[in-house]
Amino acid sequence: MDVQVSFTLNGKTVSAAASSATLLVDLLRNRFGLTGTHVGCDTSQCGACVVHVDGASVKSCTMLAAQVDGCAVDTIEGLSGDGELHPLQQAFHEHHALQCGFCTPGMIMSAADLLKRNPRPSELEVRDWLEGNMCRCTGYHNIVKAVRAAAGAMGEEGS
Amino acid sequence: MSGGMGIGASAPRSEDRRFITGRGRYVDDINLRSQQYAWFVRSPHPHAELRGIDAGQALGMPGVTAVLTGADLEADGIGPLPVAWGITSVDGSPAVEPEFPALATGRVRYVGNPVAVVIAETRAAARDAAEAVNVHYEELDSVSNAVAAMEEGAPRIHEAAEGNLCFNWEWLPSVMAPDAKANTEKALKEAAHLVSLELVNNRLVPNAMEPRASLADFNSATGQLTLYTTSQNPHVNRLLLCTATLRMPEHKVRVVAPDVGGGFGSKIYHYAEELAVCWASRRLGVPVKWTAERSESFLGDAQGRDHLTRVELALDAEARFTALRVDTIANLGSYVSTFGAAIPTVFYAPMLAGVYKTPNIYVTVKGVFTNTTPTDAYRGAGRPEACYLIERIVDEAAAQLGMDPAEIRRRNFIQPDEFPYQSPVGQLYDSGEFEGCLDLAMEINGYAGFDERRKQSEARGRLRGRGMSFYIEACGAAPSQAAGQLGARAGLYEVATVRVHPTGVVQVMTGTHSHGQSHETTFAQIVADRLGVDFSNVEIVHGDTGEVPFGMGTYASRSLAVGGSALVKALDKVVDKGRKIAAHLLEAAAGDIEFGDGQFRVAGTDRQVAFGDVALAAYVPHNYPLQELEPGLEETSFFDPENFTFPSGCYICEVEVDPETGVVEIRDFAAADDFGNIINPMVVEGQVHGGLAQGIGQALMEHCRYTPEGQLLTGSYMDYCMPRADDLPSFKVATRCTPTSFNPLGVKGCGEAGAIGAPPAIINAVLDALRPLGVRHIDMPATPNAVWWAIEAARSGE
Repeated sequence: MDVQVSFTLNGKTVSAAASSATLLVDLLRNRFGLTGTHVGCDTSQCGACVVHVDGASVKSCTMLAAQVDGCAVDTIEGLSGDGELHPLQQAFHEHHALQCGFCTPGMIMSAADLLKRNPRPSELEVRDWLEGNMCRCTGYHNIVKAVRAAAGAMGEEGS
Repeated sequence: MSGGMGIGASAPRSEDRRFITGRGRYVDDINLRSQQYAWFVRSPHPHAELRGIDAGQALGMPGVTAVLTGADLEADGIGPLPVAWGITSVDGSPAVEPEFPALATGRVRYVGNPVAVVIAETRAAARDAAEAVNVHYEELDSVSNAVAAMEEGAPRIHEAAEGNLCFNWEWLPSVMAPDAKANTEKALKEAAHLVSLELVNNRLVPNAMEPRASLADFNSATGQLTLYTTSQNPHVNRLLLCTATLRMPEHKVRVVAPDVGGGFGSKIYHYAEELAVCWASRRLGVPVKWTAERSESFLGDAQGRDHLTRVELALDAEARFTALRVDTIANLGSYVSTFGAAIPTVFYAPMLAGVYKTPNIYVTVKGVFTNTTPTDAYRGAGRPEACYLIERIVDEAAAQLGMDPAEIRRRNFIQPDEFPYQSPVGQLYDSGEFEGCLDLAMEINGYAGFDERRKQSEARGRLRGRGMSFYIEACGAAPSQAAGQLGARAGLYEVATVRVHPTGVVQVMTGTHSHGQSHETTFAQIVADRLGVDFSNVEIVHGDTGEVPFGMGTYASRSLAVGGSALVKALDKVVDKGRKIAAHLLEAAAGDIEFGDGQFRVAGTDRQVAFGDVALAAYVPHNYPLQELEPGLEETSFFDPENFTFPSGCYICEVEVDPETGVVEIRDFAAADDFGNIINPMVVEGQVHGGLAQGIGQALMEHCRYTPEGQLLTGSYMDYCMPRADDLPSFKVATRCTPTSFNPLGVKGCGEAGAIGAPPAIINAVLDALRPLGVRHIDMPATPNAVWWAIEAARSGE
């Protein structure tokens, strides 16, 4: 059975028909072509699919498309405005916090939520928060470094 | 002139922008008009006769186009999956290489063995229909453990393999004395000290974060097949498709490996699924796509390691090593994967000298079939297994003799003035400063302060241990002739084309493939450095057989050592031709032209012409030596190395063990590596971090486990313990440099170091922590459960 969902996607109002079994990640990838959100597992463990729903990080493989009706959904494609990189994107680049890039969108979207909740996380707090995002390439060392550097940069911006 | 981004600069990566903004292009991101979807029917049994496949119900379901089986595959003349490296047993017989069809015929031999493929209009329809395919299995007895598989009365997996033995191999390199076996046995008998261990090298699942995917598009009008696939070596996949399985002419097959989300070895091979979608697309005349679910990756991606080894080390009265004897049983899984027989033999035994002057070494390896997923190269591939046993037994010897682990190593190191050093297991090492690396690792670890840290840990109820390892590995596979003598069925050179455009911007087509290794940046740094062009004016093209002339791909830390060297050779040709053009333009002799900083200059004068102007003259040859030179500026080189390269390094790890729970936490990890010359230090550090994480995963967390019969127990991220951010420490890394003489860049390779050196350092540290409790041995992974039981067993005197 198809359901009609209307929501805000990266700041624009959209609507689509989707089967009631369609996962949010499949709607984003297949209906809207937003292929920056990835699927790395089938047990809600890897976090490659993290997006924001109403500002909070969510694993989009674990949410039905129908559930975002009336919500605001933000993906990695919407994170940088007007070609300017988000401080997290900039920090990931500067600190070599990505190699193959597959986990990166989910990692950045998850970290963005962390920095909203905790603008100055310690190393342990970053590691604890990112526990739900797997990376097989970097050993997390530079990811942790980049998240903390972005926190520093955002703090300076805000002050 | 290189824009500050030449060799040695920590240039931020060119490839980052698309990944951090969500605009990467992985295989599953590509969709073609009218594409259909494949879903595989896989065996739920480890071993069974196939008595029949009834697809009637599935074919009647909405959206289903076809259900194809092994019989269809046979009827269409599709060849079995090839083995690319042959091994010969002690008695001179070749290893048993059973035919491995992409879809099973007759028998299934592991859980996940593809039996049929459903093609349908949507992925969901294909999946639903796959569940409706009725396969009649007649279950057979089965076995997953290699030792059990060798026992009398064990279920026979292949008719041709008696005792489930694929090969019984001993290592006798031609340079080694023919009496190595006798000499080793004699030295073991005469040893002042004899140490022996039985070691498990645990089976691992590579787990690149991007699951494998393939999208095949056959155009019946042109006869052209395009395959988009998650590959580390698209030209190799094309070669195998064209010559072994699909059997199409190479010019009609294009293989594209676009952005690929990690490999670690698991994306080297020519797999059943990519072959099946190519065949289905050709048969049905529509594009066919398959994307693995993670559960399928656990069943279907080639797995790594899985050795059981008995090792003996003989020492003289001064603790000098006099002999090493190694007997290994390697679990190959149900079939011989592409390099499955080579990894536990020729990628393993030649590294068993390590960094020590052990004069006598004798190695035997039995390769055994079991009802499990096939094993093959996984990050390090043979070298981690070699390093683990050497560094474990050296540490055990130090413990038994009451020596400092650093001291016993120093006493046995090959010294800098002994290079080139011919090891008794066939490798010719050219460089290294082992004591220098050891000192550096001790310095960044703060070796002298350990006793104080141990006291502090004790005060908190924790047992602190320190462990050390020293690895050497062979990178840059491979000298083709040597590889050929060892059984390789392909050459292992690398290829680069440098295309200078009329305006002086440069494209490089490389046969290596970057799936995280950063070639788009580091290869561009080499070009910027050598040609003096701005880094931003260089583009690296890879991963498309339609654009890159040829190549053998990326594995065994070979890309820079072999592919980078091919690039340097092609750049030299460009400069040579440019020199002749410049000589004409400057009215001088070519021999008088120097090239540097992007300028061709008449030596000793200020007369010069810029590289860009020479490029323009090559494409607008109005004033050009057309009688002597062709127009254009594009050169291709093949580079076949004269030897492997030998990175080495020392790792020191400190752990804290909670004796109440068995939990091991890494408190400090210091890595001192010698990679030879370094192009981009930031990228190299990233490679080390990633390797360490996988090494730590193997030592403490990861274990691919089967029931004795062969049901996979660790089939998802809920069961297979992957290292996460909160499991790992930050790392201390440093490098020393002794350049290699075996390639023009002096580079050795850094991709696998961490995964090779880390496991023994960690286990040595865990045992150092537990020895006061009487624990003498623990196998990987040292999970809390394993550590707790080891402590309990020691306490109860078992």
